[in-house]
Amino acid sequence: MQTPAPFEYERATSVDGAIASLQEHGPEARLIAGGHSLLPMMKLRLANPEFLIDINDLDELSYIDDRMTEIRIGALTRHTELLESDVLARRFPVFRDAEEVIADPVVRNRGTIGGSLCQADAAEDLSAVCAALKANIVIKAPGGERTIGMDGFYIGPFTTAVGADEMLTEIQLPIRPGAGSAHEKVERRAGDFAIAAVSASLWLQGGTIADAGIALAALGPTTIIASRAEELLKGKAPSEELFAEAGQIAAEDSMPVPDGRGPVDYKRHLAGVLTTRALLRAAARALQQEVH
Amino acid sequence: MEVTITINGEQVTRDVEPRQLLVHFIRDTEGLTGTHWGCDTSNCGACVVLMDGKPIKSCTTLAAMCVGHEIRTVESLERHGQLDPVQLGFHELHGLHCGFCTPGMLMTARALLDHNPNPTEHEIRTAISGQICRCTGYKNIVSAVRWAAEHEAAMKQEA
Amino acid sequence: MATIETTATADRPIGFGRLKRKEDARFIRGQGTYLDDIRLPGMVHGAMLRSPYAHAKILSIDTSRALEHPGVAAVVTAKDLETLGLAWMPTISYDTQAVLAGDKVRFQGQEVAFVIAVDEYTARDALALIDVEYEPLPAVVNARKALDPDAPLIRDDKDGQVDNLASPLWEAGDEAASDKAFAEADTIVTRDIIYPRCHPAPLETCGMIADFNPKTGQLDIYNGNQAPNAHRTVYAHVAGLAEHMIRIRCNDIGGGFGNKVPVYPGYVCAIAGSIVAGVPVKWIEDRSENLMSTGFARDYVMHAEMCSKDGKITGLRVDVIADHGAFDSTAQPTKFPAGFFHIVCGSYDLDAAHVQVKAVYTNKAPGGVAYRCSFRITEAVYLVERMVDALALEMKVDPVGLRMQSFIKPEQFPYETTTGWTYDSGNYAETMREAMRIAGYDELRKEQAEKRARGELMGIGVSFFTEGVGAGPRKHMDILGLAMNDGADLRPDTGSGARDDLRPDRGRGAGHSARGRPGPPRRHRPDALRPRNLRIEVDAGERSRRSGGVKKGARQGPSDRGNDARDARRGPRLGERPLVRQG
Repeated sequence: MQTPAPFEYERATSVDGAIASLQEHGPEARLIAGGHSLLPMMKLRLANPEFLIDINDLDELSYIDDRMTEIRIGALTRHTELLESDVLARRFPVFRDAEEVIADPVVRNRGTIGGSLCQADAAEDLSAVCAALKANIVIKAPGGERTIGMDGFYIGPFTTAVGADEMLTEIQLPIRPGAGSAHEKVERRAGDFAIAAVSASLWLQGGTIADAGIALAALGPTTIIASRAEELLKGKAPSEELFAEAGQIAAEDSMPVPDGRGPVDYKRHLAGVLTTRALLRAAARALQQEVH
Repeated sequence: MEVTITINGEQVTRDVEPRQLLVHFIRDTEGLTGTHWGCDTSNCGACVVLMDGKPIKSCTTLAAMCVGHEIRTVESLERHGQLDPVQLGFHELHGLHCGFCTPGMLMTARALLDHNPNPTEHEIRTAISGQICRCTGYKNIVSAVRWAAEHEAAMKQEA
Repeated sequence: MATIETTATADRPIGFGRLKRKEDARFIRGQGTYLDDIRLPGMVHGAMLRSPYAHAKILSIDTSRALEHPGVAAVVTAKDLETLGLAWMPTISYDTQAVLAGDKVRFQGQEVAFVIAVDEYTARDALALIDVEYEPLPAVVNARKALDPDAPLIRDDKDGQVDNLASPLWEAGDEAASDKAFAEADTIVTRDIIYPRCHPAPLETCGMIADFNPKTGQLDIYNGNQAPNAHRTVYAHVAGLAEHMIRIRCNDIGGGFGNKVPVYPGYVCAIAGSIVAGVPVKWIEDRSENLMSTGFARDYVMHAEMCSKDGKITGLRVDVIADHGAFDSTAQPTKFPAGFFHIVCGSYDLDAAHVQVKAVYTNKAPGGVAYRCSFRITEAVYLVERMVDALALEMKVDPVGLRMQSFIKPEQFPYETTTGWTYDSGNYAETMREAMRIAGYDELRKEQAEKRARGELMGIGVSFFTEGVGAGPRKHMDILGLAMNDGADLRPDTGSGARDDLRPDRGRGAGHSARGRPGPPRRHRPDALRPRNLRIEVDAGERSRRSGGVKKGARQGPSDRGNDARDARRGPRLGERPLVRQG
């Protein structure tokens, strides 16, 4: 089978220690958590870091904390934990929707939310989930810590705002009343990356949409926040017609490229349909009625 | 680098390259060739073993990452000459043809039943959804795991 | 425990019952012996460098950096193999295939250089240190374009090859009679049907350990192999060894499905490496290599016409372009290079049929193989059943009704098809009626009509499959002149005692392939010979003293038989070649 090129390895014993190692070993050093994005690339020799810093011992980064005004998720939380969390399922059912269709149960035992977000694959589902939920990302740096929103997180294909000597440590999900969310995905086979996927999140107040989050996966060079469609929804009452219109706008603003997963017109069509469906389910959940 | 890993209940200390994959540590360093490999993309699951009781893909894990953890392979299922119910189930219900995917399937089945002693067919299918069998069409694998679940429940009742 | 009825009852014949598999004992314990499980003393590892281009000239290959890499024993290229007369090898369909590319590469993934090193990780590291300069050429990847006048010539290595035709037109049936049937027909339909290339993808990839003993001149080969006798003949030719000096051991195989029938360059390189170095050489491919370069299945581009008269199917004309990739290494009998495709008349009593198959070269992986079905029958049945449905649509009749009208009738058996098949027996109409009864066909049609009235779509698929299972008698079926499936050696073994339980199965490595073979003992019990506790062990695994016969894949048992189809042509004996040492 395929094997990685040689590299040096160390186990981090603290977040600060990991960051210090990144600083010391420079741009050829990478953090490794679950490794299920990085190691396959290394085996194919598409990625050849010279130094791996294993952060799997940093248990302090593995948590799902309900803090009433927000839920905080540690970067090292595994996909399986996100799938099984009832707290998360209650507050943000979009997570369970997405986790059910991310990879497979065995891979989910190792992959982490931090790793998934930092891999910055446009087709990756949790990126869309966090963008739709308007998450804040905490990044630890040698000098201190900063928090940025998802709209500044993705810079380009496979590139995030996390610097070479920085580590994503936490994802913060603001809790606001009237929330409902959903993830819709179409893939070629079970466990595959999306041909197209959409996460949608609504916050309803007094029968109208106070805020909306819509994010598209696998429909552009990075996760796309469909802000025009979000704007359309604000202040309006949920309806099938409104969501159909939002879907159309999201489809217009998607930037699919043709590849093995599908041609442009099919992906654009999916963008529209999946946006509409995700919004319908999000609304139903916000109104405490599930649509079947 | 030196690593100490617990494998099938035994602590072993070996000198390995950091890049050595767990599947090669198990097969080549420890000579336990029951765990197989079949792909380059972490899809096929022929390499599934248990780490701290949970199924993982040993082709996508470094041996070095397993220091301080417990690894279990298919060779650990038979105890004191007694086959594990999952092994008996696969034999009873023809859950294998060529046998290549079987060790991985057995480990996932074992972990599933440890976690969920009475899985539905859907839960079994979900549990093995990260593993490929090119021979059986999966139906008998699912039946085999159900058989094992029922067999174990019966044995517990008798005990 | 075996439970077999030994007396007949009203509804159960003798022999009815259930036998459980013997090989489970080792497989459920992870004690199988698949190729990569085998370790031999002094064994070294091979890795293959492959072309990124589908079609390109090789301008230069620089192996110096790889040779300098610690742990690398040798880096073999076509130039080295040429001195051994091994740069090209025969395929199992009488073509030749480059073992390592010399002048140019002809498919993406083609073998370019072979590294032998102390372990697998080192061998793969060395691949990155080989520098190859390519000059890309236009590539042909569409079989329908392969014979265009401006298509690049792929097999310029073959004397007299002026185009991309891999083998001359093969045909069956009667063109004149078919033309007549079509001229007199009421209804004609035409379809272009592509059966795309797919890959058998057994879970265990292909590989080999070659172990040449320089003292004895014996070559031991460990190889998951569906056609070990044919391979032994090929290796005898390429290595210049007598066949009885080659022993092929097939232990456990993690699936074959046809993928483990062809001879692959990796095998020849491992053998050459072992002969030159005098140590065992293991080569096993990864999954990408398996999908990119090994025997694919199908890839038939079919153009068909079918006609009917007075409500009955009367004629069929089929034109096929078979895409064989860059080298024709398809696994088909000598007499039937298009396999059993001429079973395309299906289950129908046609007045006439005519089938033509053209094989072309393209810049794709060489092949193909019979995947999970013998010899192109799948392609043929897919075609004929699609055409029957198309015809029924055009005639505006029920597709089941059209089949019932057109089936071969019971009294017509044994039936000779117009393309040269003899069907020995059958009761097709009755079978169809029973199938439709079980499926509730009439109710389904009612349901469909109701749904369609509401604007809902619902489809009902029907297919009637007359197939040949496995290969046939030796007069028809061969690979490279070696008969298939035509005999067995029966060796009594007294005193071993019966054992049907799950005790660990030590040292009983019988060859084992995908479909549960050897599996339960054969129910072969002529009463006069029946000893107590009869245990029949099917040894499909080893080919040494006995020769001949080819073990086929999916559906049949192993075969073994004294062979009379020897090819007198031999390569130079080993001692005549200069030994080349590397590294």
